[in-house]
Amino acid sequence: MAIENNVLMLSIPVRTLKLDPLAAWAIALLVGWGGLWYSYTDSIVMLVAWLPHLAQGLKMNVVISVLAMGIGTALGVLVGGLELSHSRLTQLIARWYVQVFRNAPMLVLIFFTTYVFPFEIHLGSHYIPFPDWVKATVGLALPASAHIAEIFRGAVQSIPTPQWEASSSLAFSRWQTLRWIILPQCLKRALPPWMNLYAMISMSTTLASLVGVTELLESAKNASNTVNRTDFTILVYLAVLSFFFLYCYPITRLTRRLENRFAIH
Amino acid sequence: MPSIETTGTFVHDEPEEPALVRLRNVHLSFGETRVLKGVDLNVRRGDAVSIIGPSGSGKSTILRCINGLLQPERGEIHVGGTAVHALRTEEARIELRKRVGFVFQQYNLFPHLSVIANILIAPIRILGVERTTAEREARELLARVRLEHKADAYPGQLSGGQQQRVAIARALAMHPELVLFDEVTSALDPETVGEVLAVIRELVKDGMTCILVTHEMRFAEEVSQEIIFTEGGEIVEHGKPHEVFHSPSNPRTRRFIHALNG
Repeated sequence: MAIENNVLMLSIPVRTLKLDPLAAWAIALLVGWGGLWYSYTDSIVMLVAWLPHLAQGLKMNVVISVLAMGIGTALGVLVGGLELSHSRLTQLIARWYVQVFRNAPMLVLIFFTTYVFPFEIHLGSHYIPFPDWVKATVGLALPASAHIAEIFRGAVQSIPTPQWEASSSLAFSRWQTLRWIILPQCLKRALPPWMNLYAMISMSTTLASLVGVTELLESAKNASNTVNRTDFTILVYLAVLSFFFLYCYPITRLTRRLENRFAIH
Repeated sequence: MPSIETTGTFVHDEPEEPALVRLRNVHLSFGETRVLKGVDLNVRRGDAVSIIGPSGSGKSTILRCINGLLQPERGEIHVGGTAVHALRTEEARIELRKRVGFVFQQYNLFPHLSVIANILIAPIRILGVERTTAEREARELLARVRLEHKADAYPGQLSGGQQQRVAIARALAMHPELVLFDEVTSALDPETVGEVLAVIRELVKDGMTCILVTHEMRFAEEVSQEIIFTEGGEIVEHGKPHEVFHSPSNPRTRRFIHALNG
């Protein structure tokens, strides 16, 4: 009882902290841009001129994050499924895959994929280019898949075994149980952590700038170097933060809403 | 439907009709623990048979062997024309389970589905019944368990007794020949036990073959044609309810009944 109380008391500040940075961000952005307008009107006008260039960069971040999550999800569900298999060997391989990619810094993985993969692939007489942004995508998809494997495995295992028994008794096959009973319940449980990961991977796409991918951060650096004014540099990075906020905040909000909705049933 | 005459006892004097469920010398162990040590059991079509006995005597295990959730090591189990002990494939067990309903102590409803969807999912997905037909039947079943007003509720919003009645409706939606009840009132609040027993009572009256593992002795005595007393993985005594409850021949049964009556 005493322990439960402790946990409860600890969990309250953690929960409020989860929301607070977001609210703080929103206020900071608004106040910041409002205040800046008065002091740096000309720099802001310049920033507006650079906006299409920055938006082009952001597009790359969105593409990389969506692709990385897409590949990561497909791969992660597969690996998570292998973790649940009855064969000891497949289990072991899948577990090692998860451990290796979950415990590797994403930046290192991005460097790794950038230098391991060739810049183009020869297929007979065809040359398929393999640009840096694709390598960075793979570099992010690998850790994403390891995390998703864990999310998926955890979700399946969190469904109590009597659900399997009840389904069997209603003449469901193993596959039908998975399809109609287990997975729908997993989806509800796995969606919030999946969205969290999505937000995390989206923010990590800026790491791609370090291997020469022209995404938002790299575009901002270009703008800052070209204009070469301290106040503009500050503004342009503020703009980068604002862009990411606008991209990731809706994801976080949606996650919270889904968490609340699924908490009912 | 032979519903009315099966409630009388005279039907059971016909020796020709083979039992719907037959267990012969069924043995089962979990690791070192021998749970069933040679169980014999006959249940005739339309009968209600109650299995009573102390916890851990193998009552629930018998039910799980009958619908193939557990595989006995030795012995024979027949349900209708199916030799359950000889089923080797999942497909064969699925065919058996289409005919045998099972109601669990913990209800085990599907929490992500509404009440009506819980009842509909197996007939539609497994038996391939058309949705409109299945839905009409599901609503009839809900009316039968007096929950027609809860069709769109989710299991988490229902009381234990209501959930258990949905679970019974869900089992009946498959049109089983036989329903197994595994201590279905043990997890319920005392005030909701009655509503679940009332549903089972009607089911027995309508001629559904039922095997009940239960601790509700008065109910067992009232609805059953036969009482089975198990202890230590064996059937110690079986017979007509008034015999087993009021003049048990076996000292172990006597001790158990006596302890219950306090």
